[in-house]
Amino acid sequence: MTTTITPPVTTPPPSTVVEAPVNKPRKHWASRLLFGYTWLIIAWLCLPIAVMILFGFNDTKGRYNQRWDGFTTKWWTRLGEYPELTKALEVSLIVAVVTMVVAGALGTLIGLALGRYSFRGHGAMNFLMFATISSPELVMGASLLSFFVSDGVGLGIITIVIAHIMFSISFVAVVVRARVLTLDRYAEEAARDLGATPWTTFWLVTFPMIFPAVLSGGLLAFALSIDDFVITNFTSGTVVTFPLWIWGVTRVGIPPQVNIMGTLIFLVGLLIAVASAVSTGRRAKR
Amino acid sequence: MTEPNPMDAALLRGMTQRRLNRRDALRISGLSAMALALAACGVKGQGTSTPTTPAADAVAKFWAGKTKKGHLDFANWPLYMDPKKPELAEFTKQTGITVNYQEVIQEMGPWFAKVQPQLAAGQSIGYDLMVITNGIQFAQFVKSNFLAPLDHAQLPNFTANAGATYKKSTYDPGNVYSVPWTSGMTGIAYDPEKVKNPITKLADLWNPAYKGKVGMFSDTQELANFGLLAEGIDPAKSTKADWQKAADRLKQQKDAGIVRKYYDQAYIDALGSGEVWITQAWSGDVLQKNVSDGTNFQFVIPEEGGTIWTDNFAIPITAAAPVDAIMAMDFFYKPEIAASLAEFIGYVTPVPSAQPIMQKDADADTTDNKDYLELVAKSPLVFPDASTLAKLHYYVDFPDAATQTAFQNIFEPLVLS
Amino acid sequence: MGRSLRARLAPYGLILPGGLWLLVFFVVPMAAMVSLSLTEGDVVSGFSQTFHFQTYVDAFHNYQSQIYRSLVYGLITTVVQIILAFPVAYWIAFRGGVRKSTYLFLLLLPFFVSFVLRTISWKFILTDDGLLLTPLKAWHVVPDNFHIIGTAPAVILGLTYNFLPFMVLPIYVALERIDPRVVEAARDLYASPVAVFRKVIFPLALPGVFAGVLMTFVPTSSDYVNAEVLGSSSTTMIGQVIQAQYLRSQNYPTASALSFSLMAILLVGIFIYARILGTEDVLKVAAR
Repeated sequence: MTTTITPPVTTPPPSTVVEAPVNKPRKHWASRLLFGYTWLIIAWLCLPIAVMILFGFNDTKGRYNQRWDGFTTKWWTRLGEYPELTKALEVSLIVAVVTMVVAGALGTLIGLALGRYSFRGHGAMNFLMFATISSPELVMGASLLSFFVSDGVGLGIITIVIAHIMFSISFVAVVVRARVLTLDRYAEEAARDLGATPWTTFWLVTFPMIFPAVLSGGLLAFALSIDDFVITNFTSGTVVTFPLWIWGVTRVGIPPQVNIMGTLIFLVGLLIAVASAVSTGRRAKR
Repeated sequence: MTEPNPMDAALLRGMTQRRLNRRDALRISGLSAMALALAACGVKGQGTSTPTTPAADAVAKFWAGKTKKGHLDFANWPLYMDPKKPELAEFTKQTGITVNYQEVIQEMGPWFAKVQPQLAAGQSIGYDLMVITNGIQFAQFVKSNFLAPLDHAQLPNFTANAGATYKKSTYDPGNVYSVPWTSGMTGIAYDPEKVKNPITKLADLWNPAYKGKVGMFSDTQELANFGLLAEGIDPAKSTKADWQKAADRLKQQKDAGIVRKYYDQAYIDALGSGEVWITQAWSGDVLQKNVSDGTNFQFVIPEEGGTIWTDNFAIPITAAAPVDAIMAMDFFYKPEIAASLAEFIGYVTPVPSAQPIMQKDADADTTDNKDYLELVAKSPLVFPDASTLAKLHYYVDFPDAATQTAFQNIFEPLVLS
Repeated sequence: MGRSLRARLAPYGLILPGGLWLLVFFVVPMAAMVSLSLTEGDVVSGFSQTFHFQTYVDAFHNYQSQIYRSLVYGLITTVVQIILAFPVAYWIAFRGGVRKSTYLFLLLLPFFVSFVLRTISWKFILTDDGLLLTPLKAWHVVPDNFHIIGTAPAVILGLTYNFLPFMVLPIYVALERIDPRVVEAARDLYASPVAVFRKVIFPLALPGVFAGVLMTFVPTSSDYVNAEVLGSSSTTMIGQVIQAQYLRSQNYPTASALSFSLMAILLVGIFIYARILGTEDVLKVAAR
């Protein structure tokens, strides 16, 4: 609904005004330009991915996938040729799952506390969250290495997991906190009025309501962990995760199997995202 | 947005909230100061006690009670074995030990930095056997007591077949901690299609015609040697003043934009992709690249001189399967295995009796591989003659830690900045 | 009585495990790093605490150009990203219609692939004899030894590419929250489209821009992967120096000094930026 203000009769309206009734598209060319521009950006963003997928089909001789030599699908059947690659993926997956669970739990608790209660450590905790999220990864990794080295702690899969949980907690907490803030307390109050203990209230009422946020945070932690390179590089010692393996392998040329692995992970991520979008859409329709 | 998106609106809302008031900031800094004080007390030294030659019974003490495990984790450099790993398959066949072979070492500095915290903590590095170059880091490994002393009773093939020079190295006299894997040379590799004139001198690496297309090594010892040789200085006799001169020469090369980048093992990829046309290189790598990729890169040892180094088998002190490791070490000293390895990698083998075997393989071959085998069997890059050896120099040696630090401080800024 | 005590203790109990984890593995390591920066020694013989502040002086002296360069690259990248991202965020927020989520999804799609792989793919595309330059060199548009990889534009391209969503999304969120009636009111008051943008839309989007700048400037200035893959020795960033000092020369005092200094510089920058923009109150509004 538009509200109009009738100008005084003596003042003519400025000539640069564009009439904007709600249902007529204004400024065709500007809109078209922006539309084209957005697609250009999307195309630019997808370009390296397309190249990566394409060169997974390259019929390259030797170990160096540098020039286009013809189309082949043979590499898809030879994925097992690099056992170190599958080992690195395994390590990455294990670390990511552990991170998701632990950081998910710890972060949810913090999110609940920050969103629901006001207490004396509130500001400090907020600051800590903010600091962990916005600190440069390089400095976080470097400080962890300094810490481990100063205390004579060896590096390995445990230190990797410690580091990943550390930087994931805040992300989960922020997501859960945002949800908790918008939670209406009536359901919980009703439960308590009906005699439920706080513990029961939490598990039967609160948790199901915040579960989408917890899941969201957990998936975020998973994604952050599986793709982390910088912090892992500092805390891994000789253990190799998937991003570290790719980094190492670029020294002698990337075999097509890496492109294929990248393509596969991309497709899996795509599928998950599409599936969740479809299911949320279906849930919304209900 | 309804899908669980990494950058959820909620997340962003959460992140753009106001966070801190002054009181909390003060409290946080107070907390940090306390943590700082605690940490200052908690910093421990890394090192071990005075570095010495091992006690006479160190060998017995280390090997007492060690038994064969049946599995070996072997860390090596890339381009040091046929990807099909025939020698390891043969090893498994003969001994029943399975081998997990990983090409994880790209440069000595980063490798030492990677394993040092773990070894200092007495933790396994995940490998029982590794190949490390003679140089600064090798000395650091020894000084830190990170290497297992070898039991030569378990190395009969080494004793029988190794060349005489390899038994009296200066960096590990008596082969207490290591036996050689291969030797190699650092020279210049170039793409003759891009570099029209044949390259013969170090000075060609400074040629402005190749601006932005020259590669140099990031390893300070490799870099320093070429700088010294370009100035006509013998690395073995170089002094601190000489190092400064070499560094200035190298800096001039860098400031003129001639150097594209300082590389570790990745130089060979850069050469292959055309990123550099002419680069410092390791002898066997170029040979292998030509075979595997059908390229035609040339390798030369410059007139002014090149570098010779030895990569050595060593067993980390926290190895889980040292017996399997030492068996593998000894296995590679069988002449037929040494020959098979040298045929593929094109590096200097420490087993002189491999040569007649390689010659025989070349004579017997009837496929189009024959030319390559002939080349390798006779190449001075694989079996250097006296004239080749005369042109080759070792890395600079350091009498004490202070001199070494001075050396690093002169050359590291070139690479790091 | 018991219930109110429990209620009062509840938040502390909730934040205890996570908070403790962060304290031990985030706060204390920072302190350990500062402490390490004041030691002297080497890995073999150990580091001893001597409160050797000279390390900081030397580090700054030796690597000031890298620090400066990193901040400049970060700044350029952030500005370029704002310019690139704003129209996209604007279009999706105002014109995206029902397909808003699809567009956002498409924007984020490439980021399902590993960070390292994406950067390496760019190197692959832009390499000297690669997809882009081979035809250009064949048609003699550029000289034979022309290269994109190894130059500052290549590194900035990589940085811009890899952190773009961190700029688009906050701006989008801020724009999306703008009540369309406010915009309509402005137009009804005879404001030109430019004035509408300048006086209504952009100021309301500012918290988004601030969040975006925060989320890109910091990781961009401290990045080393892009510079390592796409750069050369003339584009060395401080992240590479720090990484090399820790993981190549194990020069822990210098490494820690540089790392701490970088963090301090970035923190100071952020606080000054927040002050100038005066966005603290705006943030309060945005948080609602």
